[in-house]
Amino acid sequence: MGNKRIAKKRKKIKKKIRGLTIQFVPYSEIEGLSSGARIRKILNIILGNKLVIMQGSLKADEETRLIEDTMAMVGHVKNFKGIELAVLNPGSNGLSFFGKMRHGLAKALGAQESLTIIGPASIVREIKRDPKKIEILMKK
Amino acid sequence: MVIKVIKNFIRRIFSGLFKGKREINLGFYGPPNAGKTSLANKICKDWTGEEIGKISKIPHETRNVQFKEKVEIDYKGKQLNFKIVDTPGIATKIDYEDFVKFKMKKKDARKRAKEATQGVVDAIKWLDDMDAVIVVLDSTKNPYSQVNITIIGNLVARKIPVLVVGNKIDLRRSDLKKVEAAFPEYDVVGISAKYGKNMEEFYESVFKLARKA
Repeated sequence: MGNKRIAKKRKKIKKKIRGLTIQFVPYSEIEGLSSGARIRKILNIILGNKLVIMQGSLKADEETRLIEDTMAMVGHVKNFKGIELAVLNPGSNGLSFFGKMRHGLAKALGAQESLTIIGPASIVREIKRDPKKIEILMKK
Repeated sequence: MVIKVIKNFIRRIFSGLFKGKREINLGFYGPPNAGKTSLANKICKDWTGEEIGKISKIPHETRNVQFKEKVEIDYKGKQLNFKIVDTPGIATKIDYEDFVKFKMKKKDARKRAKEATQGVVDAIKWLDDMDAVIVVLDSTKNPYSQVNITIIGNLVARKIPVLVVGNKIDLRRSDLKKVEAAFPEYDVVGISAKYGKNMEEFYESVFKLARKA
């Protein structure tokens, strides 16, 4: 194969490869932060066009604060349309009596069993959630 | 938030002491295009003869919090007074290009997007002033969206009683059982605000909700 053909093929392959950065945030990184600082930390990562997978979940009022702050940024930060958000919380449904006791004890000792996924709407088209799974649909 | 919960508790006790016909602040919350304004319009038209706001197939038609006071609902010999509060749909993303798809001009679409983002912020701020909330969901769509869970989680945290309404039961793709399965701890009623289907059961649930407020 000629050099021109090889160069063309490499260019085509380069165009098709798109990267996605996933940043894992362990609970220990946000545990000691105030609500405002937690939300700022998450949004700073999102503004870097990264998908956040966070151990644990935000409190209900922190989630609404996240939505408020996100809306305040839409239209003011270039190309920022908002976020897609989902929380996977396995809970204790379907466990036996002793299973539920173990689950409750683990929770009381600080185990963070839920997982929060947050992505910028510029790269994540939708995060579909049903009780047992999450589908992350990316934009082309 | 603790101060706000205490403030609401004191307000309810105080108004209970001076028993007059207290108006219950009844909020309509939910994602965009679920039918909040359609349902609020149905109730306001039934009991006051006037609608509360405009509706449209284009999402985020309601971009300001809208009110209708002195809505007196009679049900089975009982009467309750409500202040209907219709709020903008809560969303985590707003893209003006979604409005352009409905053949809106770019300039108008950008303006609508800007107003919609402010509407979401206003809707969240008004949560604290609600005595009871009706969460309106589109029964043809996935009820497990995080927006729905966040709204209900916030209401529970503020100890505000909730009624979940699955709207659009007239449509073939409607799946009320999925809405009921998603929110098993809550009273769920299926209705069609557009055609006034099942409004009897809805009013019965509203009165049950008002008793908790």
